[in-house]
Amino acid sequence: MDDFVWRALLAGLAVVLMSGVLGVFLLWRRMAYFGDTLSHSALLGVALGLMTGMNTNLWVMLVCALVALLMLYVQHNPALGSDTLLGIIGHSALALGTVALTFLPNVRVDLMVYLFGDILAVTPLDIGLTWALAVVVVAVMVWLWRPLLALTVHAELAKVEGVRVWWVSAAYMLLIALMVTVAMKVVGVLLLTALLIIPAATARRFARTPEQMALLAVVVGALALLGGMGMSLQLDTPTGPSIVVMASTLFIVTHLIPRSVS
Amino acid sequence: MSTTLLAKLEHIGLSFGQRVILHDVSLEVYPESVVTLIGPNGAGKSTLLKVLLGLQKPAQGKVWQMPGLRVGYVPQRFQIDPLLPLTVERFIGLTPVRSSVAVVQQCAEDVGVQHLLAQPVQSLSGGEWQRVLLARALLNKPQLLVLDEPGQGVDVSGLSELYQLINRLKQSHGYGVLMVSHDLHLVMASTDQVLCLNRHICCSGQPEAVSRHPEYLRLFGDSRTAGLAVYTHHHDHQHDMHGCVVPLPASGGHKHG
Repeated sequence: MDDFVWRALLAGLAVVLMSGVLGVFLLWRRMAYFGDTLSHSALLGVALGLMTGMNTNLWVMLVCALVALLMLYVQHNPALGSDTLLGIIGHSALALGTVALTFLPNVRVDLMVYLFGDILAVTPLDIGLTWALAVVVVAVMVWLWRPLLALTVHAELAKVEGVRVWWVSAAYMLLIALMVTVAMKVVGVLLLTALLIIPAATARRFARTPEQMALLAVVVGALALLGGMGMSLQLDTPTGPSIVVMASTLFIVTHLIPRSVS
Repeated sequence: MSTTLLAKLEHIGLSFGQRVILHDVSLEVYPESVVTLIGPNGAGKSTLLKVLLGLQKPAQGKVWQMPGLRVGYVPQRFQIDPLLPLTVERFIGLTPVRSSVAVVQQCAEDVGVQHLLAQPVQSLSGGEWQRVLLARALLNKPQLLVLDEPGQGVDVSGLSELYQLINRLKQSHGYGVLMVSHDLHLVMASTDQVLCLNRHICCSGQPEAVSRHPEYLRLFGDSRTAGLAVYTHHHDHQHDMHGCVVPLPASGGHKHG
């Protein structure tokens, strides 16, 4: 196999590791919209990076982190009408980013790469960054697992019992912002939420504990990655969307299997 | 009744925008005593509990908790997302301080749900779920138990059992109780103080004193012998939209502030 395939697999595995561990909570906390808003905002980060000539990753991280904190603020002030406002933020950032990119005459920008990802073009530097972030994300998630699970079940009960709800929520959202930065290269900003949601939803059927569900989500994500890349290489389809198609196929197939009587 | 104060609210006031939620509400909770909040929907009962628990900051007034007070909280009935695979055992033990399996099992046994420990939390009936919530609240050996409508979703036969359980455990655990309840006839027998709340305290009193009142006995007979007591009282004022949920007797009663 060619080198670029191995590189893509390496980077992809780090991303599905993160998306599996983070995605289950997105599902349990019914925050799918949050993934969308964050990943859409990432495009504004890309535009800002290219405009200023600075590191794009840094800008994406910065924009996503800011949006994450903004969303946290909105979440804790329900009077602001959260869903509408989040929709406005995410889509505005996506549109603004797209418009801004067309204003850059000296930069040859392939918009498709940002919207749908280009995992086959990852560099060794990307792989290093992705794995470094994956280690950080998994380590922090292991550390936060128990309080995060408690506040997912009931935030006020957790708070009364002494969980620092705001800080744990903020940390979790910032981890998703970090993940978006590198996952963008794999599936692009438009399909990023699919990578968080679909493997986790597929894992639910087979899991009996929260931890099992997270691990299975990683496994399902890895299978979708392998299948999607295989499909992309065989049929010459775009890799990011192929991975998501594979994830959806796994979801449907596992739901067709009749549940064994337990 | 011990004289050690567990928690105290002084002249609490709170508004959301133009809407007054609480006005000048004060209360005190002592060990091994039960304070019951009654009142119509939207009277601010749950909000008052949240103020005491520190979940909601009041606009006016003071909240005081005994330093180091251990609180057990049973929130209003809630649903856990069906996508979260969680057993009853995991749920009860999900407090920040890790408890041993034996402690979790003991708490489950205390409230009679030990046979449900391996079940998914989503499969429980209303009555089972309230008991499981109670087990979680008991895990940290609370000195104060705050219950927000513990009888919600519990069928009639389970209801009196649940309140008897709370009362029985009060004697063994020694906790004080502050609860919101609609099941007046069931909780009154074991309640030390009743607060009728409708954004402000309409009236408060001891059900024991009320049930010994001659007017009361003339109207309702001595229901204490049946283990039940009905708290009946007059209001010295009315509300334009809602009254308290307590039925007003035809005559008699006592004066309230």
